[in-house]
Amino acid sequence: MDLIQFPEMSRSSLRALRQTVDGAFRDFTRAWGETLETLFSPLQSLLTFIENLLIHSPWILVLAGIAAAIGLVSRSTRITLGSVIALLLVGYLGMWEDTMRTIAMVAVCTVMAVVIGLPIGILMAQSNRTSMVVTPLLDMMQTMPSFVYLIPVVMIFGLGKVPGVIAVVIYAIPPVIRLTNLGIRHVSADVLEAAEAFGASHWQKLRDVQLPLALPSIMAGVNQTIMMSLAMVVIASMIGVRGLGQPVLQAINQQYFTMGIMNGLAIVAIAIILDRTTQAYGKRLQKHAEAGK
Amino acid sequence: MSDIEIRNVYKIFGPEADRHIAAVKAGLTKAELNDRHNHVLGLHDINLTIPQGKITVVMGLSGSGKSTLIRHINGLIRPTSGEVLYDGRDVVTMSPPELRAFRREKTAMVFQKFALLPHRTVLQNTVYGLDIRGLPRAEAERRARHWIERVGLSGYEDYYPRQLSGGMQQRVGLARALSNDAEILLMDEAFSALDPLIRVDMQSILLELQKELEKTIIFITHDLDEALRLGDKIAVLRDGAIQQVGSGQEIVLRPATPYIADFVREVNRGRILQARTIAQPTEGGGALPAMVVPAHMPLDQVARRMTRQGAAFAQVQDRAGTHLGVIDLPAILEAMVNPADAEPA
Repeated sequence: MDLIQFPEMSRSSLRALRQTVDGAFRDFTRAWGETLETLFSPLQSLLTFIENLLIHSPWILVLAGIAAAIGLVSRSTRITLGSVIALLLVGYLGMWEDTMRTIAMVAVCTVMAVVIGLPIGILMAQSNRTSMVVTPLLDMMQTMPSFVYLIPVVMIFGLGKVPGVIAVVIYAIPPVIRLTNLGIRHVSADVLEAAEAFGASHWQKLRDVQLPLALPSIMAGVNQTIMMSLAMVVIASMIGVRGLGQPVLQAINQQYFTMGIMNGLAIVAIAIILDRTTQAYGKRLQKHAEAGK
Repeated sequence: MSDIEIRNVYKIFGPEADRHIAAVKAGLTKAELNDRHNHVLGLHDINLTIPQGKITVVMGLSGSGKSTLIRHINGLIRPTSGEVLYDGRDVVTMSPPELRAFRREKTAMVFQKFALLPHRTVLQNTVYGLDIRGLPRAEAERRARHWIERVGLSGYEDYYPRQLSGGMQQRVGLARALSNDAEILLMDEAFSALDPLIRVDMQSILLELQKELEKTIIFITHDLDEALRLGDKIAVLRDGAIQQVGSGQEIVLRPATPYIADFVREVNRGRILQARTIAQPTEGGGALPAMVVPAHMPLDQVARRMTRQGAAFAQVQDRAGTHLGVIDLPAILEAMVNPADAEPA
């Protein structure tokens, strides 16, 4: 037996395997593609609505709105002021529209990730079996090159916003799930027993004890999710998601250094704004822990 | 309201507890169970009546099963076999919703490590039990404020637990439990984590409150002094089995086993034992001594009073003035000297 050459499947059966799987998937796409697209059309409308709202309203109102939201969440003049300056600069450099598109995209993706991820994380924390099933899936979602799952997503949905959101959510959802699970599992057993001793139901324990005490951890997960969805905007632009990613992609293809770095810095600016804002919010939730002795 | 009856309770910890229960009942020991089957015998044939309206102390060292035992009363731990009866119902056989209702309405618990909710203020922590019962917030806060005041925390309603000392945190724990207005109060080493002076303070608060509340209190402790101070009835637990049940007086005066004798050895007997305990009934006829001492006076004070007055005999009377018997100085001395220390080894 030849020990140098690895004993591999014959070329023809390998081809047959690929063709079978591809064929089956293509059939699935033909049969279900349209249904899935209708199913996801509310998502498309939502995203378009937010985009249009941000782009077609007077910029000064949009800026004021964003500043108000940041101020409300962070309760910090420093962060609010810094964000306004950054956004003014980005706009002045001609990237206002793309920035708004990207913010809309990230906002929708984050909301989706939290809405889906939080319940999954809670379920994982309740049951070791769920946790055993979900953990390897999360590992896969985080390590699988995102281009690989872009293929089936594009086959089903074509190019556009919805496949972009799906790809970003797949990539960005694991931290919310993981940190929700972790946060709930780390809630002190003493406090949980006290809740039990006072006759709390499952739901009451979750609402009054587990979620509030896990909140710092959950917020860290949300923060990570936001950062990761921003990191995906360039890749998402490959399947037709408009925003700051597209000019970057164009810059790569045509070696426009300045264009690349300007749009890249705009992404960084959004990242820093969202990061500082969510972190300030997380800290504010923790005020009981900081309360002076 | 009724007594709590713990009957033939066994608890084996391990995945196949039910398989070994018969063998344990037939005499398999804790050590054998552990060696052969890798299961832990937590409680061994516990029979205990916890009288209504009194403080029953369960005393034992760590690992004696006392924390396991208290958790059987509100069903936090289910026994492998046995019954826990209250008001004619068996806690062991309650369904989860029944058990929740039982915990909400009949019991409240105070924990060694306080177990307060760190994200809630003192007031919000105190209303917790009432929250769970679904009481309207205004009513819950009214009750909570009352108990916050009773445990001496007025003015701290809006503090977070982190801002309070251990003693103050446990006052919140106590206020939370009392706000529930439950008939049964479970106290699991409630004062063990506190400094000695604070601990004595908290014991006084509890005794003071109990005078008017008359709740059925189960108090777990490893501290004999605490047990003697608080307990109307004391059960001594060792290796999951009850060694002796009785009043503090009985346990100090007549320890049932060498283990308990060892335990009570260092106790200040003169301060614990009371006049009534060693009063001898008088065989009718003879004139009673002129000097009267109250039934609950500790022997060291009785002795001091008698020597000061130069009396050799005194009669013991309870609060109502009923004559209980006569004591003399030699009997007092005899009781105050630990029999184990009496003769040099």
